Amino acid sequence: MDIRLESISHHYDDFEVMRDITLDIADGQIVCIVGPSGCGKSTLLRFIGGLERPTSGRVLQLGEPPADCLNPLTYIFQDFALLPWRTVAGNVSLVLEDHGISGAEAKAIINDVLDRTRLTDFASALPKQLSGGMKQRVAIARALAVKPAVMLMDEPLSALDSQTRELLMDDLVDLWTRQPFTAVYVTHNLAEAVRLGHSIVVLSRRPGTIREIVHLDKPLADRHFGDADLDERQKYLWQLMRDEARAADAELIHV
Amino acid sequence: MSEASHKPNDPDRLKAGGVSNGTAVNFRGGGFAPKPRRWVGFVVFAGLIAIAEWGTRSGWISALTLPRPSDVLDTFKQLYSSGLLFKHLVPSLSRLAVGAAAGVTAGVIVGVLIGLFSYFRAGLVPLVAAIFPIPKIALLPLFVIWFGIDEGSKYALIAFGTFTPTVVATYGAVDNVDRTLIRMGQSFGLSWFSIVRKIVLPGAMPGILSGLRISLAIAIILLVAAEMLGAEYGIGAYILEAGSLYDLERLFAGVVILSVLGVVVSAVIGAIERYLLGWRN
Ligand SMILES: Nc1ncnc2c1ncn2[C@@H]1O[C@H](COP(=O)(O)OP(=O)(O)OP(=O)(O)O)[C@@H](O)[C@H]1O
Ligand SMILES: [Mg+2]
Repeated sequence: MDIRLESISHHYDDFEVMRDITLDIADGQIVCIVGPSGCGKSTLLRFIGGLERPTSGRVLQLGEPPADCLNPLTYIFQDFALLPWRTVAGNVSLVLEDHGISGAEAKAIINDVLDRTRLTDFASALPKQLSGGMKQRVAIARALAVKPAVMLMDEPLSALDSQTRELLMDDLVDLWTRQPFTAVYVTHNLAEAVRLGHSIVVLSRRPGTIREIVHLDKPLADRHFGDADLDERQKYLWQLMRDEARAADAELIHV
Repeated sequence: MSEASHKPNDPDRLKAGGVSNGTAVNFRGGGFAPKPRRWVGFVVFAGLIAIAEWGTRSGWISALTLPRPSDVLDTFKQLYSSGLLFKHLVPSLSRLAVGAAAGVTAGVIVGVLIGLFSYFRAGLVPLVAAIFPIPKIALLPLFVIWFGIDEGSKYALIAFGTFTPTVVATYGAVDNVDRTLIRMGQSFGLSWFSIVRKIVLPGAMPGILSGLRISLAIAIILLVAAEMLGAEYGIGAYILEAGSLYDLERLFAGVVILSVLGVVVSAVIGAIERYLLGWRN
């Protein structure tokens, strides 16, 4: 299933957030969205996930999601959004219960996703007992459990320290290599973008428009921390964003 | 001065004790973190009772000022052996249970509605604010007319008294539920009812339970008030009768029962909290 954004514009009252964004998200690809603070990245992701409606323009699903897909558009949140009163397994089971999956069937799915995120030993732990990196892996396991057609990630690694971030990027690459998934990955971290993105969409400052789309052909599994060609791309991206970011930083906060 | 003496962590210098002639940094942390000290409560109780006993025995507290604790205990024993204790306690407890259960249930439902729906909030918050400060005891005659002189008016009084604090605690607690958890529920396609049952209610539970402590203390006060205004049996009736005869031993026996009831209720809520809110600590 592909996603197409058709000339999306949005404003809150007379506060223009983004202008005429047209973008195709192809099946099995990770699209990274980078841009200066406040340019509408999170808002754009909420449009794609159907949590908010743009003022004009449309978000289209092209083709049907796979038949076994329970929740085609699935979020992974920056702050994990785990229920603190449920165990790791309980948090995963939460999103299955409403689809009428329980008992042995649910157990099989839970075991499978916890295994894929290497959390099997922590199935009965509570979120407060886990480190930040493990919490985000639980959130990823929960997202995998509903077999999403597209994963929507809003700065999923921003709350983590840089070592944990490296580890989790490797995990995501592993997951993708074993079973490619479609993802829209919002980040302000250009290193993440060049490690995970098949294409990187650079937005201008508010009102957000697409400045450039950078394609990276190197397979995800071959990209590593500190690769010279990736660093080159990262420098190029930074040079694109630098002035925008400075101007965005100097703007008054809109409340 | 040699080059080596500038190295701040030179092992030889540290070993030789070369840096030990400073003053220790003053400790100024700690405090602000009460820890459980169970026995202290008992010591305070026992100390006060011992002083009262000693004072009444040695005569510097006259028998008219305060009854002797051992006499109160005797009265209590009589009350127990004559079977009157349960004759008074059972109706009181059932009034408390029925009234508080009705009031708390209605309060939680209305509180959740106020917490979730703009129109309920706009319509009911001022109403609750208007009802809250009314001394519910003043309305007892009205309740007697509406619900009869029997149990009905007592249930209604207790229910009404527990209702308002529960509403206020509940909608405050619902307001404080983490909105990102609710967005998460929506983004996974959970139904509205599932979100309320699995995210909003558990998230609001800490606030609801601490509201419950206050509501139930109010319920005990109203129970006694209602029983004083017309009941044959009940702790309130027992206290009223003792008071009108200036029988201080019996008055205090009744008061002790109320205090014990308060402690038991608070312990029960504590147990519920440990069971339901174990995820917090
Ligand atoms: N509900 C809202 N009402 C009014 N303004 C809003 C609302 N949501 C977002 N905005 C504004 O719209 C702009 C875009 O917000 P958005 O959160 O999408 O930015 P972002 O690119 O994700 O920023 P960041 O990098 O800080 O996460 C911001 O200036 C924000 O203040
Ligand atoms: Mg954002």
